[in-house]
Amino acid sequence: MAVQITREEAVKKIHNKSSVMIGGFLGAAVPLKMIDAIATARIKDLTVISIGAGYRGGGVDIGKLVLNKQIIKYVTSHVGTDPNLIKQIVNEEVQLELSPMGTFVERIRAGGAGLGAVVTPVGMGTEVEDMAEKIIVDGKPYLLFKPIRADVAVIKAHRCDPLGNLQYKGMSNTSPVMATAADIVIVEVDEMVDVGEIACENIGTPGIFVDYIVKGHSYEERRTIYEELWIATNKL
Amino acid sequence: MSRDYIAKRIAKEFKNGMYVNLGIGIPTESANYIPEGTQVFLQTENGGLMFGPKPKRGESNPDIANAGAEPITMLPGGAVFDVATSFAMIRGGHIDMTVVGALEVDELGSIASWKIPGKLLTGMGGAMDLLYGCKRVVVAMTHTDKHGNSKIRKKCTLPLTAAGVVDMIITDKAVFRVAEEGLYLEELAPGVTASEVEQLTEATILNIMQWEHVLIT
Repeated sequence: MAVQITREEAVKKIHNKSSVMIGGFLGAAVPLKMIDAIATARIKDLTVISIGAGYRGGGVDIGKLVLNKQIIKYVTSHVGTDPNLIKQIVNEEVQLELSPMGTFVERIRAGGAGLGAVVTPVGMGTEVEDMAEKIIVDGKPYLLFKPIRADVAVIKAHRCDPLGNLQYKGMSNTSPVMATAADIVIVEVDEMVDVGEIACENIGTPGIFVDYIVKGHSYEERRTIYEELWIATNKL
Repeated sequence: MSRDYIAKRIAKEFKNGMYVNLGIGIPTESANYIPEGTQVFLQTENGGLMFGPKPKRGESNPDIANAGAEPITMLPGGAVFDVATSFAMIRGGHIDMTVVGALEVDELGSIASWKIPGKLLTGMGGAMDLLYGCKRVVVAMTHTDKHGNSKIRKKCTLPLTAAGVVDMIITDKAVFRVAEEGLYLEELAPGVTASEVEQLTEATILNIMQWEHVLIT
């Protein structure tokens, strides 16, 4: 059953050498406060599993962990937004494991859903063929990728009730699938509500997948943070 | 100038009721030229269908963004979802058309857009899934690179993003159809001659003879 804890308590669930999934998409809809807490705690040698790198230009959200050199392996589909991360990969300070974006997501889904592999035609005829085993199904060639799981998933949702039921506000991105695929799932939320306040049909991730709840910025605070970032980078 | 021309030319490919995913750069700009009376449902791979323009300051939602993490709005009837659902749309063949940029395209319809060994390291992102799964693939790019070299090759020299998937190429000089047997010139940009296109194109243009002496102004 889900338990609400402080950020300081939550960050103790992550250790040196832990593998950590981080929800969101290139900086949008990421668990900002938990990422800050991981950066402050200087937990090192992390394997970070995230659909892409942090916000464009680097140094923001997951980019803070890059600046601190806390990451030894990055499992992802895209690193183009963070020049600092690219530099560390080129210098072999960070090991890179790439999959096409749809394959990356399905590998996590497989990891969370008890499946043994992902079998996909995407990447055939490219150097992605070298990253997977080739198999034939009904006469057609496919690539077989192994599932991905993590020690800890740190995800982001809008609202949460004491049972850990989550409601998302906009795009839920990778958070729902990551919630299924880690030994410990920590969610950062904008607000806590009572049981029953999120109608059952509006629950995006059921509480069965959630272990720990951490209060993040309020929705309004988060909007201010993002608008300042977007204005500073000429996106709004 | 040529950027606008390419974006406007892409927009002619939009047909009423199409579900479309647009790549960053010029393809995204083509949404500004969707013909009046044509409804196109724009998909973004981070989890949105039927999105609209940028929000006003103070009205954004920090969780509603495009695939470049830039703020967008959702139109009435639009939907947001998780990335697994998004790639079921993309890989599963539910998207009618994708328009993407490229470093190179070849006469076999292969495309290179994600990697320059020793120079460009970004990862493929969702490009491979989009190129594999979308029913129609349109490449929009400048005809030549900044050194004047043809980006339409006999065979791509850079690592492929997908093999044999491109249906159409739109450049600042011309429009090509990519058939199983090779490349056909379909249109010339204003003021461009067929012989100029032939000169700037490394790939073989199968129907170039039909275009000799044609000048579109």
